[in-house]
Amino acid sequence: MPLTGEEPMNKLLKRIIITLVALVLLTPVGILLPIFVDAGDAWGEWSARTVAKLIGYVPQGLAKYEGIWKAPLAGYTTGGHDTSIVRQSFQYLISGVIGAALALIVAYIVSKMIIRNGK
Amino acid sequence: MHIPDGYLSPQTYVPLYGAFLAIEAVAVGKVRKEVSKRSIPYIGMAAAFSFIIMMLNLPIPGGTTGHAVGAALIAIILGPWAASLAVSVALIIQALVFGDGGITALGANAFNMAIFMPFVAYFIFRLLNGHSLKKSRVVVASFIAGYLSLVLTAILTGFELGIQPLIATGPDGRALYAPYDLSIAVPAMALGHLVLFGIIEGLVTALVMYYFYRSESQMIYAINRGGAHE
Repeated sequence: MPLTGEEPMNKLLKRIIITLVALVLLTPVGILLPIFVDAGDAWGEWSARTVAKLIGYVPQGLAKYEGIWKAPLAGYTTGGHDTSIVRQSFQYLISGVIGAALALIVAYIVSKMIIRNGK
Repeated sequence: MHIPDGYLSPQTYVPLYGAFLAIEAVAVGKVRKEVSKRSIPYIGMAAAFSFIIMMLNLPIPGGTTGHAVGAALIAIILGPWAASLAVSVALIIQALVFGDGGITALGANAFNMAIFMPFVAYFIFRLLNGHSLKKSRVVVASFIAGYLSLVLTAILTGFELGIQPLIATGPDGRALYAPYDLSIAVPAMALGHLVLFGIIEGLVTALVMYYFYRSESQMIYAINRGGAHE
């Protein structure tokens, strides 16, 4: 088994990429399924408004910290509350593609900077 | 499981940030020492895999939603240190770009899902499987490692949320941060993961490990320790 050098992309890497692409295409399920069976937010991830409905007030710290960071693609959407399920799914899918690509590139660069062991 | 901003008091999120950064610094050294260049593309793909699987929200009808994390599988195949790196990258991107998980809570979320979870999964897998290459044992150990590690991570998250009313309550008795105490937060976090999300984590871990067992067993860190060329 060759121990050094850059190898051409092997069969395993190709299979993993195909699996990842298939998983990305599945991501709209992650937004559609909860809507169809009427499931709410993940536990403990409510907005301040939802918390107020649950307990009757907004905790001071939550009021202070919520919105401290304005994420460019907050909620895996490109902004605004879109009521169209089709558009929501599409934005979610695009967010999945962008996020997965970013994660891959960043983790690749970071580990490339860290790892020197050529074996 | 991604704690948003405003749910944890500074007394909680600051120490967890510190713990996350300190352990991640150790992870950098460990990965440099024990992981070879050939693993670099796999670490990238592991981060992407974790990112995607966390987007696949599954609902409990009429209840809450949740998801698998993928950290168990990554820890078994690439080792817990490399897994902590890959999952951290996914979580940092989720927080910064998509607002999933808070900025102040990022250390806590990364401590839970990118450190606690892969190490628990790795430990459970090694405990149950050792260096065995028996198919049924590898698959069963993988399922249990995935299932239990996610459930325990959910319980840890519930614990962090549940201690908030004890730590930070205003003079009027109202919670300043996460409002539910341990008796509610821990069971609530555990339940969904026990009945559904943990099973998904277990199944994904077992399924992919079955594939690796059949065609790439020399790559599995938890079985070979040190990877393909020891």
